[in-house]
Amino acid sequence: MQPTTEQSLFEQLGGEAAVNAAVDIFYRKVLSDDRIKHFFDDVDMDVQIAKQKAFLTMAFGGPSNYTGKDLRTGHAHLMERGLNDSHVDAVIELLGESLRELNVPEHLIAKVAAIAESARADVLSR
Amino acid sequence: MPVLRYEGRSYALQANESVLDALLRNGVRAAYSCKAGSCGSCLMRATEGVVPARAQAGLKDSWKVRGYFLACVCRPESDLTVTTVGPDVQLGATITALDLLSHNVMRVRLRCDAPLDFRAGQYITIVREGGLARSYSIASLPDESDLELHVRKIAGGKMSGWLHEVAKVGDRVSILGPSGECFYVPGKGDQPMLLVGTGTGLAPLYGILRDALRHGHHGPIHLFHGALHKNGLYLVEELRRLAEMHRHVAYTPTVLNGSESDGMAVGPIDQVVLKRFPKLNGWRGYICGDPALVQSLKKKLFLSGMASRDIYSDAFLPSAQTP
Ligand SMILES: Cc1cc2nc3c(=O)[nH]c(=O)nc-3n(C[C@H](O)[C@H](O)[C@H](O)COP(=O)(O)OP(=O)(O)OC[C@H]3O[C@@H](n4cnc5c(N)ncnc54)[C@H](O)[C@@H]3O)c2cc1C
Ligand code: HEM
Repeated sequence: MQPTTEQSLFEQLGGEAAVNAAVDIFYRKVLSDDRIKHFFDDVDMDVQIAKQKAFLTMAFGGPSNYTGKDLRTGHAHLMERGLNDSHVDAVIELLGESLRELNVPEHLIAKVAAIAESARADVLSR
Repeated sequence: MPVLRYEGRSYALQANESVLDALLRNGVRAAYSCKAGSCGSCLMRATEGVVPARAQAGLKDSWKVRGYFLACVCRPESDLTVTTVGPDVQLGATITALDLLSHNVMRVRLRCDAPLDFRAGQYITIVREGGLARSYSIASLPDESDLELHVRKIAGGKMSGWLHEVAKVGDRVSILGPSGECFYVPGKGDQPMLLVGTGTGLAPLYGILRDALRHGHHGPIHLFHGALHKNGLYLVEELRRLAEMHRHVAYTPTVLNGSESDGMAVGPIDQVVLKRFPKLNGWRGYICGDPALVQSLKKKLFLSGMASRDIYSDAFLPSAQTP
């Protein structure tokens, strides 16, 4: 990494406050989306909200301790239930829609999508 | 693998094993109930070694620095020496009244040996000799002289059976706590509030409702209390009177089976609530009682627009079985 005086993506998005603003909007979309909501059926909401925040923090380029291996093991039980590319596409799409509702500029949304995209192989254990 | 030391003996911890599980696996009779880091029954103290932060989450700071932790969620990464907690964290209490509120709900009143710093809606854990520990929500307010609990009789239930059939006024128990995040938070006094509970899920709500009024909450407060049949409802007259005295308080007893009479609603309580209030943006919600209902209703309120941070709940999980 080059040292830089520019703001990081996470800072540009608004940091933790942005995660808190986005989490309800994003999670409501996830729970209402017929393509993916079944993956989130059997889990406690408070736990899920915490995990969604972990996901968003990571996608926003924020501080995150998740390794590729964590993402593999974290989604392995979902692979058994048929997790595939179309579901990752849906998540990235809903992420974009959520940020648009919060009036985040398109060039930042593209950066967030790229970070989520870069996790695809790990999430799908490839 | 890290080593656990307890009462002069050493136990090798297995991968990712909690202190509680290691003790139980080795035949140590340790107290526990929820096994999820919430009830506080398995509280222990570390005298040497590093306690992972997760095992101290939610404990008072003064306890953290003295090494108290919850054994069920403590997965040490290095050697740890632990002891059971002394009577300094358990509080003695005397049963001062036992009154049946319905055919299967007992109001248990307790007077603690020292003042207990709690918020209505939090819960305490009653501990009896032998380590039997069960959590019960607090229906009373801090300035009332006795703690009030509502205990439903469970067939074959060890603690509820004892409280219903054996316990007498004057009997002594120990209590731990208070714990829990389901209570009235002052501020936003005009926010509309939804209180939904089934069975003895009314206990914390009864406390929270009166606490809100005590704090001068002036936004509308809607309480829905659900039961299978009419005979599962209790405190009906008290709640009706409360609603009559306060124009912004509404009380809707709800039964699954029965007829719509005496202002009762009929149907599954989640459907009754959501039909009445399909849009919940800006509301605050409290949901207590049956775990399945709590889980599903939380999600439904959220999808109806309630913000996740405005949803408070307590699921009355049965105590965990021995592994
Ligand atoms: C945070 C919290 C707050 C709680 N608040 C209250 C409260 O205010 N009032 C109250 O009455 N209870 C409350 N409970 C439940 C209470 O802690 C006990 O689990 C309950 O009283 C049963 O204990 P027991 O020793 O009588 O039964 P146990 O001896 O533990 O169980 C006897 C048998 O009944 C089954 N069983 C246990 N619970 C239930 C149930 N709910 N429905 C059907 N079968 C069951 C068990 O699996 C077992 O087979 C709360 C629980 C939690 C976690
Ligand atoms: C796009 C890339 C993705 C990333 C970066 C990502 C990241 C994460 C992270 C960080 C967690 C938290 C893990 C933990 O703390 O346990 C998580 C959990 C979870 N993710 Fe993803 N995720 C992605 C895609 C998906 C997709 C496509 C689905 C399903 C449609 C999904 C479903 C879940 C579920 C259900 C959990 C909770 C698992 C549990 O409760 O055990 N994720 N994800």
